[in-house]
Amino acid sequence: MHELGVVFHIMDSLEKVAEENAVTGISKVVLELGEVSTVIEDYLQNCWKWAARKRALFAEAELVVEKLPAVTWCDDCEKTYPTVAHGKICPYCGSPHTWLLQGNEFNIKEIEVY
Amino acid sequence: MKDVRILEIRQSVFADNDRQAEALRAELREKGVFLLNLMSSPGAGKTTTLMRTIEALGEVFRIGVMEADIDSDVDARTISQSGAKVIQLHTGGMCHLDAAMTRQGLEGLETGDVELAILENVGNLVCPAEFDTGASRNAMILSVPEGDDKPLKYPLMFSVCDVVLINKIDVLPYFDFDLEKCREYIRMRNPDARIIPICAKTGEGIDAWADWLRAEIRSWRGSMQ
Repeated sequence: MHELGVVFHIMDSLEKVAEENAVTGISKVVLELGEVSTVIEDYLQNCWKWAARKRALFAEAELVVEKLPAVTWCDDCEKTYPTVAHGKICPYCGSPHTWLLQGNEFNIKEIEVY
Repeated sequence: MKDVRILEIRQSVFADNDRQAEALRAELREKGVFLLNLMSSPGAGKTTTLMRTIEALGEVFRIGVMEADIDSDVDARTISQSGAKVIQLHTGGMCHLDAAMTRQGLEGLETGDVELAILENVGNLVCPAEFDTGASRNAMILSVPEGDDKPLKYPLMFSVCDVVLINKIDVLPYFDFDLEKCREYIRMRNPDARIIPICAKTGEGIDAWADWLRAEIRSWRGSMQ
């Protein structure tokens, strides 16, 4: 539910990058979004469109979101399993001693600039 | 045709805020201002708990309060009755405070003589957990009517907190809230969190909370030398 705030953060960071790299415009922004991060892609896209119109650097910037699957590691049986299907409890041995290996990422991967 | 090139960024969206939060934390340490970030859902009892906290510790520390809300100044008005220094921050629709907004708030509060600054974050269990404010410690309040399953539903909030206050324990007999189960759920997410049951309305448990906070401030000061 904080997608708009997140969009502002991304744009603030990228404005700095643009300044450091003598960039005049951004045509594409690629994000990596973990499956169990708290951000919802549809909302993110809507907020992006709204905010991009207000900032010259992003006027033509398309937002591309690459999803990263969530994977959990079990300390007891030392196996990994898909987080969304099984949650906190290991499907192999029933242990609750499990940790998220990946899936809560929210990264700016790369941008296409001119 | 435009000359297009790719710039690899490879950084977390939160990296910039995390850096600002670290800088603010270091600066506050230098000034000797302990910043407590208080989070909860709307209506869990942040402001009432704050009033009790000021009552318990107002003679020990000079306290300053920042009230963050989307709109209105009702909380700031309430807190001002306690005699503590208070400032109302409006987030302009945003659902959380980040490190830059917290810095602005502290500047508005003029922290010169404040020893304990308390940030009452926007009532929300999702977004404030994502954004490091630069606080020395994070506290959250879960109130009995919200249910004992909240640590399962909002895992990140419970995993970033140093202390969880379980508020409104006076109404436990009227709700299906299992205190032991709730403790277990919190420990699953955060084995190190201190859990303190309180009732801000009657004052029950406030001593334990004030003791915890006083001890944390002292150990934080001790680690400065």
